[in-house]
Amino acid sequence: MKLQSRHLLGLEGVTADEISLILDTAESFREIIERPIKKVPTLRGITVLNLFYEPSTRTKISFELAEKRLSADTITFTTSTSSVKKGETLKDTVRNIEAMKINMVVVRHSSSGVPYFLTQCLDSNIINAGDGSHEHPTQALLDLFTIRQKYGKLEGLRVVLIGDVKHSRVVRSNIWGLKTMGVSVAVCGPSTLLPYEVEKFGVDVYTDLDKAIDGADVVNIMRIQLERQQSGLLASQREYTNLFGMTAERLKLLNKNYTVMHPGPMNRGVEITPEVADGKASVVLEQVTNGQAVRMAVLYLLSGKWEEEE
Amino acid sequence: MPKSKTEIVMDKKSIDRAVTRISHEILEKNDGAESLVIIGILTRGADIAKRIASRIKEIERVEVQVGLMDINLYRDDVHHKLDQPIIQRTEILFDVVDRNLILVDDVLFTGRTIRAALDQIIDFGRPRSIQLAVLIDRGHRELPIRPDYVGKNIPTSKDDRVLVRLLERDEVEFVLVEKSGLKPKKKNSAKKKVKKIKKAGGGGKAK
Repeated sequence: MKLQSRHLLGLEGVTADEISLILDTAESFREIIERPIKKVPTLRGITVLNLFYEPSTRTKISFELAEKRLSADTITFTTSTSSVKKGETLKDTVRNIEAMKINMVVVRHSSSGVPYFLTQCLDSNIINAGDGSHEHPTQALLDLFTIRQKYGKLEGLRVVLIGDVKHSRVVRSNIWGLKTMGVSVAVCGPSTLLPYEVEKFGVDVYTDLDKAIDGADVVNIMRIQLERQQSGLLASQREYTNLFGMTAERLKLLNKNYTVMHPGPMNRGVEITPEVADGKASVVLEQVTNGQAVRMAVLYLLSGKWEEEE
Repeated sequence: MPKSKTEIVMDKKSIDRAVTRISHEILEKNDGAESLVIIGILTRGADIAKRIASRIKEIERVEVQVGLMDINLYRDDVHHKLDQPIIQRTEILFDVVDRNLILVDDVLFTGRTIRAALDQIIDFGRPRSIQLAVLIDRGHRELPIRPDYVGKNIPTSKDDRVLVRLLERDEVEFVLVEKSGLKPKKKNSAKKKVKKIKKAGGGGKAK
């Protein structure tokens, strides 16, 4: 059993067997990060470039640690201290770095499709760490892992994704992954932040939060970007909090053994109250720990030898 | 007796006896079971490790802790192969520091698996000693590694195949050698033989 592609660009088109393979492998890697020496020699000799064209705390550190725990050599590239400031193009930048002999690229970029573009101009394996409003596959995989860890299964659960459905790559990747694994999915947000024909994803669509979460098992709350208010998509932050903010009161509508998730960074007091964020059903920090194991699994599974394409 | 291409070299009874003898040897060498921990290499080494622990319990009435280890992450050929090995769970839920650690595998061949296991154990701590117990030693070492306890030495040529089947996961139990010189035209005759024995419903008879 192996993955079909030598890149991970998104969860669209990734089969249930492949997702299970990644999650099972991550299960084994989860144990390594609890060891006294949190390191295995598996990726010795592999060099990984972390190419971050957009700010990131969790994802960047998580990937870096995952690489180090597997003994890969890593370099992390952030645009603010590079020749990108002098106007060097993306293609020139990555081809120059690849000329220094790297094997894998983890990329975060504000434009959708950049990871795919890199597969066209590089020989390295490409891992998408978030591209524009397209996908953020490792985030969705760690969400799936965390849900499976708690319930022992995925199939038959009900998950509600709340927030800026239109711009969120986390929502998009979650929808693909959850649907593939047989999870019932609902999205909920203000109508200005719901994409046109979103129901074609095969999800239930709500603009009323109470209706959306009624009888659900998991709520995954997205960060609301306050900039959206300036572009006129949100009337006011206070209105958003009143209509879509997750409160302890609202959680009572969920199934008994419910779970609260948030991919971070959180706007406490906006989309989630501190009480909910730190409550006992919150698995926010567990998500972060699991993220490392999931990224180790992805790096490991993509690092093998691949037959020449075409 | 017709000369067969595959030969059963141990049956259920002889495997049992070997495990019993190894358990006694371990106890003798380590002066009892108090200092011991056992780690089995997945998958069948782990089965044998558990058997040794339960045999030791029968003999000495001491519970010895057993760990399981997947060594694939420590292999020296991980990214040279087309198929990445499936990683199973390593479970060492005890401290190995200052213990006499018995490392258990089913077949000792090139020694590369044991090299990987030794590296991994050292990452968990510093045992007082590491001793190696194997059910089968078939020779052809590529590294300077030798076993402390051996169930059976089997002379093989390098291209022979040695198959261990244990009741815990195979329904049947025996050790089988497929000779390379007499290699049949059809592939997987050893696997076929396993099926045949399963059909006959038993452990097979040792020669």
